[in-house]
Amino acid sequence: MKHHLFWPIGVLTLLLLFNLLYDPSFFSIKVRDGNLYGSLIDILNFGAPLMLVSIGMTLVIATKGIDLSVGSIVAITGAMACLTISRGEDQNALGLVITAICVSLALAVALGLWNGLLVAGAGIQPIIATLILMVAGRGVAQLITGGQIITISSDKYKYIGAGGLFTLPFSIFLVAVVFAAAMLLTRKTAIGLFIESVGNKPVASRLSGIRSGAVTIAVYLFCGLCAGIAGLILSGNVSSADGNNAGLWYELDAILAVVIGGTSLNGGRFYLGGTVIGALIIQTLTTTIYLTGVPPEITLVVKAFVVLLVCLVQSESFRQSLVYRFKTRRYPAEKEVKHHA
Amino acid sequence: MEERRPILHMHDIHKQFPGVKALSGVQLRLFPGEVHALMGENGAGKSTLIKVLTGVYSIDRGHVEMEQRRILIQSPQDAQAAGVSTVYQEVNLCPNLSVAENIFIGREPRRMGRILWKQLNRAAARLLEDRMHLTIDVTLPLQSYPIAIQQLVAIARALNISAKVLILDEPTSSLDRGEVSQLFGIMRKLKNEGLAILFVTHFLDQVYEVSDRITILRGGEFVGEYAADALPRIELVSKMIGKELKELESLPRSAAASEEARGELLLEAKGLGRRGAVEPFDLAIRKGEIIGLAGLLGSGRTEAARLLFGADRSDRGVLRVGDNDSIHSPRQAIDEGVAFCSEDRKGEGIIDDLTIRENIVLALQASQGWFRTISRKRQSEIAEQYIQALNINPPNPDQLIKNLSGGNQQKVLLARWLLTDPKLLILDEPTRGIDIGAKAEIQKLVMSLSQKGVSVLFISSELEEVLRVSDRIAVMRDRSKVKEMAGEEMSEGRVMQAIAGGGEG
Repeated sequence: MKHHLFWPIGVLTLLLLFNLLYDPSFFSIKVRDGNLYGSLIDILNFGAPLMLVSIGMTLVIATKGIDLSVGSIVAITGAMACLTISRGEDQNALGLVITAICVSLALAVALGLWNGLLVAGAGIQPIIATLILMVAGRGVAQLITGGQIITISSDKYKYIGAGGLFTLPFSIFLVAVVFAAAMLLTRKTAIGLFIESVGNKPVASRLSGIRSGAVTIAVYLFCGLCAGIAGLILSGNVSSADGNNAGLWYELDAILAVVIGGTSLNGGRFYLGGTVIGALIIQTLTTTIYLTGVPPEITLVVKAFVVLLVCLVQSESFRQSLVYRFKTRRYPAEKEVKHHA
Repeated sequence: MEERRPILHMHDIHKQFPGVKALSGVQLRLFPGEVHALMGENGAGKSTLIKVLTGVYSIDRGHVEMEQRRILIQSPQDAQAAGVSTVYQEVNLCPNLSVAENIFIGREPRRMGRILWKQLNRAAARLLEDRMHLTIDVTLPLQSYPIAIQQLVAIARALNISAKVLILDEPTSSLDRGEVSQLFGIMRKLKNEGLAILFVTHFLDQVYEVSDRITILRGGEFVGEYAADALPRIELVSKMIGKELKELESLPRSAAASEEARGELLLEAKGLGRRGAVEPFDLAIRKGEIIGLAGLLGSGRTEAARLLFGADRSDRGVLRVGDNDSIHSPRQAIDEGVAFCSEDRKGEGIIDDLTIRENIVLALQASQGWFRTISRKRQSEIAEQYIQALNINPPNPDQLIKNLSGGNQQKVLLARWLLTDPKLLILDEPTRGIDIGAKAEIQKLVMSLSQKGVSVLFISSELEEVLRVSDRIAVMRDRSKVKEMAGEEMSEGRVMQAIAGGGEG
C-alpha cells in the first residue's frame, strides 16, 4: 500500500517540475528588506488563508459533514476587525488591534457554534445548515461594512497578513501554529479517534458511548475559528474589508484541497498533512496559471481542467481502468492466436 | 386430496453462493386461491427463494413451472411477464409522487404524448376501490398516507400490472393490529378471487390467522409442506428450529444456579415499553446472573434490549440501573456499567475504518472523555492482551477491523465492552453468523464472566445456546414478554411452547 501522501506530493512535485522547465526563475528567491521574496514565498503567503480554512474543513468533512459557510465567515471576521479598528482613535494602538482580533475571532467561533448547533442540535443536513450562513453571511458582512469597503491604515493589523518574521511571511507561522494545534488535538487526545469514529459510523459511535453531538459541534466551532484567522490574514494583507468579495468561493477551494489531500467526503479517516499539501497544490496551480500568462478570461477553465486531471489521477477506479486498457491493448496478437486455433 | 393443479411449481431448486449453499433441493407449490405461508428462521433461505422467484438471482439447478409450463425467470421483467408480483416490507414506490402516479408509473394513459391526468386519476381511484376497498384521494402524494395504505397501494399496483401470484414479503412488520386485520381482509378477498398469495412473516399468530398451507425451510433445505390446520404451532416451531418435540422434552436443564448464589438486584424494568416496538414488560436482573432472552426474530427481543441500554427511548414504564432511574442514552447506561453488543455488527458495532486497537479502546476512551487519553502504548498493550485472551485473528492490533472475519469482529466488540469493566453485558445475537469454534469460545466467556459477578443478558435465536448458558430465560412473542422460567422449568420444549404460544401445550 502506498503512503497516503504519495499522490498529493506527487502532483505537487509535477506542478513544481512544470514550472522549473517553463521558467527556472520560478524558484529564485531574493532577499529584500530582510525578507525573502519569490514565487515560492508568494505561494506560501497567498496560500496561508486557504491552508487554514482547509485544516478546519478537514475535521468537518471527517465527521461526514461539510461547511459551505467558511467564505462568508472569512468576510465577516475581516469586516468586523476592520470596523473595530476604523472606529478607533489611534488605528495603530496595540490594544485596539488586539481588541479587534479578539472580537472578530469570538464572532467567528460563535458562527461556527451556530453551524454546529444546526447540524448536531437541530439535525439539519450539514450542506443545508451551512448554506444558510453561506448566503446570510455575505449579507451580515455587508451590514457590518455598511455596504462600503472599509479601508484602514494600521501597520500593526497589516502585519498579520503582510508582515514578515524571521524572513518569512508572518501568515506562515499562523498556519504552522494552527496546524500543530490541530495535529496535537486530534492525535494526542482522543478527539481525533472520536471524529473518525463518528464520521465513519455515527450509530455505532453513539452506542459506544461517544457524545457525537459534542464532537460535531466542536469541529464546526474549530472550522469557524480557522476561517476567522484566515479572514484576519486576508483583510490584513490588503488593509481593507470587502464584505462582497473577501473569501469568495473559499469553501469550494477548501473542499477541493481536503479531497485532494486524501480525506474522503464519506467521512472517517482524515489527513491534515494531505490537506495542507492539497491547499498548496491549488495555490501553486493558481500562481502557475498567472505566471505562464494564460489569458485571464480562460484561467478558470485551465484551473478546472487541471483539477479534473488531479482528481482522475487520484481516483483508484480510474487508474485501474487505465491499467486494464493498457494491458489488454498490449497483446493484440493473443486474440488472433485464439481466433485461429 | 382434490384434483387441483398448482399455478406455480418450483422443483428441486439449488442455489450456491461462494462458500454457502443457500438453497438445496427446495420445492414450492402454490395453488390458485390460497394463502401460502413460507416459514423458516433467519438464514433458512426464504429470501433467497423469493429472489429466485422474482428474477433477482438465477438458479444453479432445478426449474420453475407456471401453469404447467416451464418458465425461465432471469430478470424481474421476466417475473412480471410470467405474472409474479412482489410487495416488499419497505414499500418500493416513490413517496413524493401521487398515489395515482405510483400505480400507473411508466404505464400512464397518453394521447399524443400527453398524459391524460383525469383518466389516470379516475382509473387509480376505481382500482383501489374495487380491489382494495379503499377510498382515498389518489392525487395526494403517497407519503401523506400511513405505511398500511402505502402497502395496499403497492399491492394494487402489483395486481394491476399482472398477477397470478402475489408475494408479500414481511408485509405486517410495520403495521399495528388494526392495519394488519385490514390487510388480512384484503388478502382473503384476493384469495377468493383466485389469486395465489405467498406470505412471508415471522409472526406465528398471523400465519394461522390467514394461511391455508405452510411450507417450511431450514438451513436452505425443504422441510415440508403442510396444511395449516393440520400443523400445531409447537410442531411448526420445532420444524423451523429443527428439533423434534420428543427429543426436546427429554433434555431437561441439568444444573441451575442456586437461589442464594444470586446477588443483589442490578437492573429493574417495570412496565418498560415503547410504542410500536415492544409492549410494556417487567424484568429484574441480579448480579452475576445470566438471563436468556428467547423468541423468534421480530418478537421484540432486540427492541427490549435497546430500551435497557437507552439506545431507544422508552415511552412508558421505569428503568432503574443501580441507583439511576433516568437512563435515556447509551452514554448514561454505560456510566452505570451497562454494555451492549448490537446484533447488527456491521451497522452498529464495528467502526470499519479503524484498527482493531482503536475499536477495542473506543468505549473506554469514550467513558474517559476527550482529554484523559489512553496513550498509544497503553492502547497497544490493551489490544495485545485482548487479542491473546480472546484469540483474535489476525493477532495484529493495527489491522483494520473490516478485514476480519465475522467471528473475530465479534470478539473485538466483546473486548471493547469487557475493557469498560461492565456490570451488565447485553449480548444481542453474539454468535450469529460465526463459526462453531468462535461460538463455543464466546459461550465459555459468557459463563466465566458470570462467575466473576458480571450479569449477562443473552439474546439468541438458537434455543440450545440460550439454554446452555442461561440461569433464567425470558421468552418474547409478538413484541411482548410472555413467560419467564428458571431452574427446573427450563427445557427446550417449554421454551418452544412459550415461543409458539396459542392454545397448545
